[in-house]
Amino acid sequence: MLEIKNLHARIAEDGTEIIRGLNLTVKPGEIAAIMGPNGSGKSTLSYILSGREDYEVTEGDITYNGESILELDPAERASKGIFLAFQYPVEIPGVATMQFLKVAMNEQRKARGEDELTTPDFMRRVKEAAEGLKIDPAMLRRPLNVGFSGGEKKRAEILQMALLEPTLCILDETDSGLDIDALKIVADGVNALRSPDRAVIVITHYQRLLDYIVPDTVHVLYKGQIIRSGDKELAQELEANGYADVIGTAA
Amino acid sequence: MNIQTNQPVAKLTVAETALVEAFASQIGELPGNGAVTGTRDRLLDDLKKAGLPTRRIESWHYTDLKNLLRAVPERVAGAKASSVSALVKGSTVLPVLQGEAHADAQIDGVTITAFRDQLSDGSAVAGLTALDKDDAIGRLNGSFVRDGLALVIPANAEIEDVIELQASHGEGQIHTRFPVSFGAGSKATIVERHRSETDAAALVSSISDLTIEDGAEITWIILQSQGPSDTHLAQIRVKLGAESKLRLYVINAGGKLVRQELRIEVQGEGAELTLRGVNLLGGDTHTDVTLVLGHNVPHTNSTETFRNVVFDKASGVFQGMIRVAPDAQKTDAKMACNTLLMSDDGDFSVKPELEIFADDVICGHGATVADIDRNHLFYMMARGVTESKARAMLVNAFVAEIVEELEEAKLVEPLEEVISTWLDKHA
Repeated sequence: MLEIKNLHARIAEDGTEIIRGLNLTVKPGEIAAIMGPNGSGKSTLSYILSGREDYEVTEGDITYNGESILELDPAERASKGIFLAFQYPVEIPGVATMQFLKVAMNEQRKARGEDELTTPDFMRRVKEAAEGLKIDPAMLRRPLNVGFSGGEKKRAEILQMALLEPTLCILDETDSGLDIDALKIVADGVNALRSPDRAVIVITHYQRLLDYIVPDTVHVLYKGQIIRSGDKELAQELEANGYADVIGTAA
Repeated sequence: MNIQTNQPVAKLTVAETALVEAFASQIGELPGNGAVTGTRDRLLDDLKKAGLPTRRIESWHYTDLKNLLRAVPERVAGAKASSVSALVKGSTVLPVLQGEAHADAQIDGVTITAFRDQLSDGSAVAGLTALDKDDAIGRLNGSFVRDGLALVIPANAEIEDVIELQASHGEGQIHTRFPVSFGAGSKATIVERHRSETDAAALVSSISDLTIEDGAEITWIILQSQGPSDTHLAQIRVKLGAESKLRLYVINAGGKLVRQELRIEVQGEGAELTLRGVNLLGGDTHTDVTLVLGHNVPHTNSTETFRNVVFDKASGVFQGMIRVAPDAQKTDAKMACNTLLMSDDGDFSVKPELEIFADDVICGHGATVADIDRNHLFYMMARGVTESKARAMLVNAFVAEIVEELEEAKLVEPLEEVISTWLDKHA
């Protein structure tokens, strides 16, 4: 489904290389966890996958369903089914949350040649998805993410994910800033989306989230490379012993 | 040879000459008694002597009218303009078509008079003034004004339906005046709308004269959507009484050369001014909003927020002068001017000025000029919204936020519609 081959990427502005020869394959239905210490390139990888133009790919390729996505802008990637749940969702004053959801859903449908949603159909979908995530309808009447608490922002991200029905979900440190109850709600939301044709990449610092979203594969990212891959036991090993062992072995 | 005079008279520009000649040809038919005619004559003479203001006049530094006003279209007598449906549903529309008022609508308790009648009987003369030695708009309008609407809203009247003063015109010269007095404790919402029906050039001057008595609560919305060749020189003069509240919105969405002056005197304790402006600038246009706000008595407050969007080669300026009188303690005034610059060829200048003579006041101002926030853009695109759609939504949000402060859906929705229609055409 997703194949990253010998990827090298740098910050466009100052040329700092962040990703240095990264290889990763994610299959349909797979939940892949990417772990690693601060500064290893985890968030950068999520931005590169979603097409943020602050980063430049200098070598290698990313293919999605067999097709290179490097030339696609973020909106085109999104309509191909790639979704990034932001570590820090952006507050956008003046753009009503409901209006934004509707535009985003319809823009993606348009890009795929599907009909736009009718208003009642849209309202029904939002209502159902919001209930599952315990999102107060009053929150959806506010401008996008403005004044949302940390937990509300993360839930709003998962709400968007549920509504947009992506085929590749990238969760960038979705657990950061969440208390245990909010974490469970978010994890339930993600688990509800598990399906044989949908893959999830969970980027996280800690094992904690992986107790609730159980990964099929775990990869350790360090200095811009995957230095070790394993199954969920690897995450527990990291939790118990820290990154030092893994990094030491690789070095 | 040359005739010697004591004072050398500066050579008049083409536009200045056209104005002097237009006055000579129109004076015979301009409405007004002897006093009005005398005042017109004096104002024109002052205009001629001073000439149109140049950048050397401080208050006109960013709008060199002498240089920018290249020609003056001739007055087109008998041209037709039509009335359109009101901006806000259910409004009472008072049309001023091609500069001629139609004062036949009835609003319970409100006295509506065609301004030409007040010129004819001379009662208008006290208002035909220049506010200072550089008040070119006061002089121009005072010389040429033909008509307009005078409204008197009695004390404690609550006018439920919005009143729309609808000035529609085609090419030519239009000079209108709108004196409106709001009695103590009255409540009303007025839309002052200027619109053109052609692409051919018009010179418009218009002055609105508001007296807001104690405790009145007024919303006044100026919507300027002149044509692409029009010069729009406008002024609103406001006096705010004690405990009164004014929400003044100025929306510029048209015109080739626009100067909108806001001359506001807060002269009653406890008065509150909410001034908001949206400037949508595109093409090869120039728009100037100049505020002179006097906090003249203690315990008054005001907020001023302007949002500007600049496309193409448009230029804009906001001059915001706040004066706090020596005994106007406890004044609270906050001014902000934020600009989205959408083109490298556009520009927007901001000149805030605070003159504070009292020592116990809160006065502040801030200005920003920026492009679309890239984080916002990326976030929206990451959800599948195309770049052009995301940009349009963000620009719209930037200005719509100001309009949303009106809170009343009946006002917010049509104004948002004006904004999105303009953006669809220009973005």
